[in-house]
Amino acid sequence: MTGKKIEPALLVLADGEVFEGEAFGATAPNGCTTGEVVFNTALTGYQEIITDPSYAGQIITFTYPHIGNYGVADFDNEATRPFTRGVIIRDLARRRSNWRAEADLDAFLAAKQVPGIAGIDTRRLTRHLRDAGAMPGAFGTAAESDLRTAARNEPGTSGQNLTELVTTKNPYVVDFTGVATPKRVVAYDFGIKTTILRHLSGIATVEVVPAQTPAAEVLARNPDGVFLSNGPGDPAAVVGAPSIIEGLLGQVPIFGICLGHQLLSTALGATTYKLPFGHHGGNHPVCRLETGTVEITSQNHNYAVDDGSLTKDVEVTHRNLNDGVVEGIRCAKEAAFSVQYHPEAGPGPHDAAYLFTMFSELMDDFQKGRR
Amino acid sequence: MPKRTDIQSILLIGSGPIVIGQACEFDYSGTQACRVLRQEGYRVILANSNPATIMTDPDFADATYVEPLDVEVITRIIEKERPDALLPTLGGQTALNLAMTLSETGVLERYGVELIGADAEAIATAEDRELFKRAMAEIGLATPISATAHSLEEAMNVVGSIGLPVVIRPAYILGGRGTGIAATMEEFETKAAYGLDASPISEILIEQSIAGWKEYELEVMRDRADNCVIICSIENFDPMGVHTGDSITVAPAQTLSDFEYQQMRDAAFAVIRRVGVETGGSNVQFAVNPENGDMVVIEMNPRVSRSSALASKATGFPIAKIAAKLAVGYTLDEIPNDITKKTPASFEPTIDYVVTKIPRWAFEKFPGTSGVLGTQMQSVGEVMSIGRTFCESLQKGLRSLEQGRFGLNCDPAEALLAEIPDDELLQLITKGTPERIFQLGECLRRHIPLETIYEHSRVDLWFLDQMMAIIEEREVLAETGFADLDRAGWRRAKRLGFSDAQLAYLWNVEMPKVRQRRLELGLRPTYKTVDTCAAEFEASTPYHYSTWEDEDEVRPSDAPKVVILGSGPNRIGQGIEFDYCCVHASFALRDAGFETIMVNCNPETVSTDYDTSDRLYFEPLTEEDVLNIIDAENPVGIVVSLGGQTPLKLSGSLPPALVAGTSSDSIDSAEDRERWNALCARLEIPQPAGGTAADFATAAEITSRVGYPVLVRPSYVLGGRAMEIVYDDEGLERAMAELAGFGSLGKEGGLSAERPVLVDRFLEDATEVDVDSIRDHTGDFIIGGIMEHVEEAGVHSGDSACVIPPYSLSDETIQVLTDYSRRIADELGVVGLLNVQYAVKSGQVFVIEANPRASRTVPFVAKATGVPLAKVAARVMMGASLAQLRDEGLLTNPVQGDHVAVKEAVLPFSRFPEADALLGPEMRSTGEVMGIDLTFGLAFAKSQLAAGTKLPSEGTVFLSLADRDKEVGVKAAEKFRQLGFTIAATSGTAALLRQRNIEVETVVAKIGEPDGQDAVDLIESGDVVLVVNSPRGRGPRADGAHIRAAAGRHNIPLLTTAAAAFAAVGGMADRAEHSLEVRPLQQYHQGVKAGSQ
Ligand SMILES: Nc1ncnc2c1ncn2[C@@H]1O[C@H](COP(=O)(O)OP(=O)(O)O)[C@@H](O)[C@H]1O
Ligand SMILES: Nc1ncnc2c1ncn2[C@@H]1O[C@H](COP(=O)(O)OP(=O)(O)O)[C@@H](O)[C@H]1O
Ligand SMILES: [Mg+2]
Ligand SMILES: [Mg+2]
Repeated sequence: MTGKKIEPALLVLADGEVFEGEAFGATAPNGCTTGEVVFNTALTGYQEIITDPSYAGQIITFTYPHIGNYGVADFDNEATRPFTRGVIIRDLARRRSNWRAEADLDAFLAAKQVPGIAGIDTRRLTRHLRDAGAMPGAFGTAAESDLRTAARNEPGTSGQNLTELVTTKNPYVVDFTGVATPKRVVAYDFGIKTTILRHLSGIATVEVVPAQTPAAEVLARNPDGVFLSNGPGDPAAVVGAPSIIEGLLGQVPIFGICLGHQLLSTALGATTYKLPFGHHGGNHPVCRLETGTVEITSQNHNYAVDDGSLTKDVEVTHRNLNDGVVEGIRCAKEAAFSVQYHPEAGPGPHDAAYLFTMFSELMDDFQKGRR
Repeated sequence: MPKRTDIQSILLIGSGPIVIGQACEFDYSGTQACRVLRQEGYRVILANSNPATIMTDPDFADATYVEPLDVEVITRIIEKERPDALLPTLGGQTALNLAMTLSETGVLERYGVELIGADAEAIATAEDRELFKRAMAEIGLATPISATAHSLEEAMNVVGSIGLPVVIRPAYILGGRGTGIAATMEEFETKAAYGLDASPISEILIEQSIAGWKEYELEVMRDRADNCVIICSIENFDPMGVHTGDSITVAPAQTLSDFEYQQMRDAAFAVIRRVGVETGGSNVQFAVNPENGDMVVIEMNPRVSRSSALASKATGFPIAKIAAKLAVGYTLDEIPNDITKKTPASFEPTIDYVVTKIPRWAFEKFPGTSGVLGTQMQSVGEVMSIGRTFCESLQKGLRSLEQGRFGLNCDPAEALLAEIPDDELLQLITKGTPERIFQLGECLRRHIPLETIYEHSRVDLWFLDQMMAIIEEREVLAETGFADLDRAGWRRAKRLGFSDAQLAYLWNVEMPKVRQRRLELGLRPTYKTVDTCAAEFEASTPYHYSTWEDEDEVRPSDAPKVVILGSGPNRIGQGIEFDYCCVHASFALRDAGFETIMVNCNPETVSTDYDTSDRLYFEPLTEEDVLNIIDAENPVGIVVSLGGQTPLKLSGSLPPALVAGTSSDSIDSAEDRERWNALCARLEIPQPAGGTAADFATAAEITSRVGYPVLVRPSYVLGGRAMEIVYDDEGLERAMAELAGFGSLGKEGGLSAERPVLVDRFLEDATEVDVDSIRDHTGDFIIGGIMEHVEEAGVHSGDSACVIPPYSLSDETIQVLTDYSRRIADELGVVGLLNVQYAVKSGQVFVIEANPRASRTVPFVAKATGVPLAKVAARVMMGASLAQLRDEGLLTNPVQGDHVAVKEAVLPFSRFPEADALLGPEMRSTGEVMGIDLTFGLAFAKSQLAAGTKLPSEGTVFLSLADRDKEVGVKAAEKFRQLGFTIAATSGTAALLRQRNIEVETVVAKIGEPDGQDAVDLIESGDVVLVVNSPRGRGPRADGAHIRAAAGRHNIPLLTTAAAAFAAVGGMADRAEHSLEVRPLQQYHQGVKAGSQ
């Protein structure tokens, strides 16, 4: 960081592990930031990851050492502001270089109130989280003892309803950008990503509604389909959502992504559980069971749907080839389906974009069925 | 999909000799393929003419044909073996082209051989630039605009519409000869004319030049179920215009946003699908306009490539191995990821470090070459380095090159740049050259604005700024000083890749002091693991690199360990042969119960395959890096004598007790001229008379004593660097002056007081002999092989053809050679391999030099005799006796057969048309081939064919011989006539031949003389099928140069020694009466008797 003076900082995990680094980005109030520390293995897309509301309550560790190389561009924001608690990296670019760039990551984080710590042996940290599991932590320029206490008092994400923090206060409309005749989709915002809206608006006029919007209100808008968005934290803590979804089942085609997938599954009677350190990255192989083909997917979740808890009329459509985790389900009789990973990418591979087309087709078939 | 059961046997074609653009990477991919295909239960038939490869080891295939990679030969192999399938995608361009011809000529169809991996249509679509561009247009991907021309007029029109600068590419030219960028109309006219002339169908492709754009590569894999994955993205440091093979490249891509990267990824999949590569790995090259992100496709290689070898080493994902499995029907999700074991191969590796590849060139060996990098690859080798950051990996890479650089700066060589004025420096960086990286460093050091540097070099600002971090750190370090630098400061410097050597230079304190201080501060490197997944899953592969972090992941076991030091980057004089030796040592010592630890920095090699040794450290071969590994592992032995000069040079700085086999002191007494002379004197073994001189006067004094001609050569050089044969005083003066020049520039082979030159009587018309032998600690001794050279002494051993068994030496001479070798081995106290070079002149044996280490010829000898020399040597060095190894069955007797094996060198002259295609005491070959058959003639003919010289069977032979060659020349000419060739000759040669009543049809005029057709005219006329021009000695050198150049331009077989011509005509005679026979090594190693089949 040329010209800028180096401020030594520490990262302390709840279990007492300490890491030395330097502060960058925003300066945290009294030099201490806390959150659940997770790692993401993507090689590109730091800006999309940092601005993904699903990271609310979490501190993101990037396993790739060089972060900030291509700066930041407004187009790559996944939300109007980041909700992540902080960013841990090995090396911050001193200078950006890319024709799309509008600002430096450092300045961006400072402006958006996101503290960061650089110079960390992120591989040591990742190996630790892999073995001990994602856990609360604190970092900053504060004294080690203060950071230690802060880390211990940090609750983490379990049992927290973080969607309230990120969902829109008021409904709003995203205009149709496609070519065919637009459908009308109501999208529940549990922390929805801009890239998802970009995909949806390609097939429909999208009415984004707050997380708590009652089913009746949504049905009153009589949409062609309802979309359940991604979002942060523990699905079990998003009280109310499953019952709302139950009220929609069968009335209208439903498509869910990530948290939306977990909530749909819950509404269909399944239960969820927490993974040791989650899936966060852009290289997870998922098998699409009906074709047997493999798609490389963008993933970001700490919780997953429990296989055993799925009822008989819910079928598993996608599985993670690394650890067998359920990555997608379908309930034909309720015209609902969902995936655990991120077909919209942003960041990540485009392999699964076909799912948005499937949603569109499901809405068509449902219409025909009605007539 | 499960593996295919409808095929049982698979023919694999290797890439043949090491040439520029095709190096060890194909031994690596081929070896992997052989292994997995056999594990899968297929019968593997291998064809490769390169004896130095590991894949041609009889153990790696069921039938190993070390035969010329020629359509006729492969057809014979197919007739004999009747394979079900041919896998052409692992042997580089050579295998691919052969497969295409075999398919076009209907051979594959005739024998029902299926092409697996990629079919003919796919190969054609990717290889034919026209077809490829059309295919890309179809799928909506842009390529640089272009058009073809068949005449200069047409070319002019085309360039008019496209506009300069343009890239010119002659059609159907091997190795892209004659391709290049033209920026001015003059350049265009010359290059276009040359291209039209060079192209057999006189066609050139003229393409808009986008030099200066950013260049990227993606390594793609695809399986039968159409699953596609990207293994690695690579960003070139050098912009478009410098061949990727000559560019510094970095993985992963550094300056692409996800938005752009995913577009490129989609495009790469579209390309492999459209081209139709069904299964396996491909490499797609892209260019991106840094101003606006416009992306174009440059080309696609429908096979594993040098880049895929790099990608495999960079990520830990074994592309060739997986490609072989995909070719026999598996899908990616059915193949486990070797490294994690738990997860499948159907994923995209992610890494948590930065990989840098830096090429190495050999321009100094080819006078006349510009040394400027362009669209044709010219490098002879490369290094790869791994660091947690770009700065660290760049500096590690630069010191891995072994070219006297300690890093980006802080070494003696940086002084050279300091003298250059700014404006000149800025001009220099506009061209890609081996020096550019350091020139950029110098610009930064002068604080020339990054934008200015970018404008001139087009090297991305991110890279430049990273280099600036190194420069700024250097300034801090210089300010702070050795005494005052605190631990944090040291750590920062180390994390930016600064070596102890750089710090020692910067602070001007001795290395050991720097190291000591560092250790006092508790600063040791940490070793991390290459695991394909950035630590998301536990890795079970022991593939490590050093960096300066908190946590060290290496858990040394307490088994007895042996460290094997590899040979570093390929260079002329030190190549794949040494990798072969190191790999064999690793295998042998592992079998003997040692834990083997490989250290090397060459990404092309088998030695840097993570499953070759028990542990792999991908590290520079420098004192600091090696000592650190020894500290971390504390081995019982270190093998320094199998990796060529590189590890040998280090032996002095290693703990003597740990150096396995021959002691570093013995090594020194062979290397050090004075000690060596003394030793020969003691043993009463004759050496060519001579002495050492630091100036002309002394040199002249020596020559007055020993007489001309003399061989002048610098001490401490490899491959006969800067050696010269001198015939008179003025020649001597010139040579000494030149070397003195080098000295003042600190160049390799430079002359100085402490580095005098050796002046030896040059033995004319002497037969050179190489003897490889092994001695154990008990004093027991075996001869590995005695190789008689075809070309006379004076042609570097590495460049001359050599033969096992000797074909003209008397039994007495062989006795003497054996006896001398044994005595030298005893006197030196050799434990392990010893290579001695002799010159035999009229029955008397002179010793030229002794190398108490593995020599270039070890693999060749092993394949000719069936004795695994390198394995035996490795065991001997670790304490085994030859007797013991005989009992174990590892050491066997040489096979008793009637076969003759000929090793022929392969020279890169076609890549350097400006350089004279002459053989001399300076080695210039990049690779070698072996011809093996039942007579010397047949074996020699095969070796020529394998080396690319198809000996003709009829037509006109053109002879132009130096006086001292004329006797041999006459014998050759006689035979040519007997075989029905007509003869053309230069006046002198013609006169002699006629005087011996040998009919000469045409006598050509001296070049330049107005009257009549001269040699060049004759060659250009296309009537000549073979040119024999032996220029050494005094005599018409200039004319010779023109003659050789003309032959090179028109791809007419050229022999530059009478000896070779005589051997060749013998081969042609034998070929005329015998039909072509091919046999696998396994059969030769059973002992094949003449007359039997
Ligand atoms: N249109 C072009 N303008 C400028 N440089 C080019 C162009 N096309 C290729 N090059 C340069 O030439 C090199 C070799 O071209 P390529 O098509 O890859 O041939 P090869 O088969 O020898 O790899 C590339 O790596 C690139 O740097
Ligand atoms: N006195 C000599 N007379 C004739 N040829 C020589 C003599 N000394 C060396 N040579 C030739 O020069 C070549 C290189 O010399 P050598 O000592 O082997 O150098 P290097 O160590 O580079 O192999 C030898 O292979 C041989 O052909
Ligand atoms: Mg290329
Ligand atoms: Mg030699």
